[in-house]
Amino acid sequence: MNILCTGINYKTAPVRLRERFAVSSQEVEKLLNQIRKIEGLNEAVVLSTCNRVEFYVATLCPQMGMNQIQNILRDRAGCVAPWYHHTGPNSVRHLFRVASGLDSMVLGETEVLGQVKRAYAEAFELGATSRHLNKLFQNAFRVAKSVRSETLITRGPTSVGAAAVELAEKIFGSLSTCQVMILGAGETSARTARSLLSRGVRSIIVSNRTYDRAVQLAAEIGGVAMRFDHWQDVFSDIDILVSSTHAPHALLTERQLAPLMKKRRQRPLFLIDLAVPLNIEPAVNNLEGVFLYDIDSLQDIAQQTLAVRSRELNFCEVLIEEQVRNFVGWLRRTTADHPLLA
Amino acid sequence: MDQNYNTLIDPWLLIGARLCFLASFCHTIFALKARRFHPNPFDFVSIGCGFVLLTLWLWTRGRIVQACPITNFHEVLIFLSWAIVLIYLIVGPTYRLSLMGAFTSPLVLAMLIGALFFGDTSTTAVNHNAYVEFHAAVSLIAYGAFGLACVASIMYLVQERHLKRRNASSLFFNLPPINHLSTANLRLLWLGFGMLTIAFISGFLAHKPIADLKFWVSLLIWLLYGLILIANLVRPLAAHKMASISILFFLTALITLPGIYYLSSTIR
Repeated sequence: MNILCTGINYKTAPVRLRERFAVSSQEVEKLLNQIRKIEGLNEAVVLSTCNRVEFYVATLCPQMGMNQIQNILRDRAGCVAPWYHHTGPNSVRHLFRVASGLDSMVLGETEVLGQVKRAYAEAFELGATSRHLNKLFQNAFRVAKSVRSETLITRGPTSVGAAAVELAEKIFGSLSTCQVMILGAGETSARTARSLLSRGVRSIIVSNRTYDRAVQLAAEIGGVAMRFDHWQDVFSDIDILVSSTHAPHALLTERQLAPLMKKRRQRPLFLIDLAVPLNIEPAVNNLEGVFLYDIDSLQDIAQQTLAVRSRELNFCEVLIEEQVRNFVGWLRRTTADHPLLA
Repeated sequence: MDQNYNTLIDPWLLIGARLCFLASFCHTIFALKARRFHPNPFDFVSIGCGFVLLTLWLWTRGRIVQACPITNFHEVLIFLSWAIVLIYLIVGPTYRLSLMGAFTSPLVLAMLIGALFFGDTSTTAVNHNAYVEFHAAVSLIAYGAFGLACVASIMYLVQERHLKRRNASSLFFNLPPINHLSTANLRLLWLGFGMLTIAFISGFLAHKPIADLKFWVSLLIWLLYGLILIANLVRPLAAHKMASISILFFLTALITLPGIYYLSSTIR
């Protein structure tokens, strides 16, 4: 018995092509039945995400299986695609790498593991998997778990929004008691606010020169709008300030902030300045308990994270290689025990 | 277990404890050098083993000297190390300060090695006074709490430096949030202060002499911690200041302790 993997992903096909081959939940059953009718092939799993469409099958004849799967897909989509394929240890390694996030667009992302789990669960419920793919996918989940826990591949934020959230948590711990103020209702600050909201911040105040826009954004994200002239009145109550106004000068200076920090009874303050030109004087970072990050420093944090993740790649590959050997050994043993499957 | 047996295993327990803390310390150093610092049960297990060995040493030594084993400065340092680890084992997991072990083990190791430089001339206690025993033990546990507050403060300053300098090292991702560290520091200072107050009260109940240097220095330390904690209640100090004070006070107490011991007429 051999494991075959064939598919397209973000490296080999543009999104326009990938979307033509994408398989929705409603279509999975029909497609799996079609694939399982191929001679010598009785187990199959379809993994369809925004970045990849892949088919994992257990087959006696990989070449024939691959040709026929590609024919089915070509007929279904009405076009051809640059399919890649892996067999034997390479297909096992590929799945383990995909499940561990090593083959993802953002190295080490964890969302793909949930997608692999869902794809397997769907196939399992439809009776499209048996001992080989069951064992393969269970091993893939275990490998992904150890890669995640034993290496730093999932460590840290990889985007500006995630970096802001990570930093806020490194300052305050839980964000459930934090009050956020958004100055300027631009798209960048709205995105950052949503990231913070997803971690359960207590409340969000939106202030903008155009009050209607503040009201609109506040309604969108479930916050409270405030007129721009009044934002300093509530400043002592807030914990995180996200600023992205088009003001040509600094809205907050060290001289303004120093007395406000005393009013805050020394609670830390996290300032995120996403504006260009900057809205907050860089010198405020010298004040005790004040942590100022601009767009460049947030991007720098994300870059540092990606560099750490890249360094971890070798450790991950070593872990994966060991598990690939174990699985291939198991596959050989079971095939030898059942000569009809050989 | 006879006296000879106790005397025989006594040094080995201490060597074992030192090795446990050394293992934890080396593990931290290697992880830092390899930039692969992440939560690992190794520190907690090795510190836990070190704690068990220290406890066994104190118990064995207690049987030898027939009293709480703080009859000389060598024993005092070991008892203080034990108290710091005890509080770490209680406080660390509660505050999810998983990395506190990595910062605690070097301090404890330094104190255990420091103890080697002071003569271990224990004598069997002649007078037993429950208040005196209690007073001495609680005082040292209070210093253990101050010691751990010092550890939390060092962690705070390291993490604050990371945040101020925008440096996302592997240590940064593993250190707890600065808010948690400043809270832990403050609570440990209150715990230490409360215990030191109880130690003072038990000292008075034991009719301990108040004329010796040790009493006045202890009173000064108690007053300093008390003043700073009350000042912080009235008008909160910046967490950075509080952390610096916590480190300064504990190190001052630790450095002056040997001098006070030798200048003082009695350790208890």
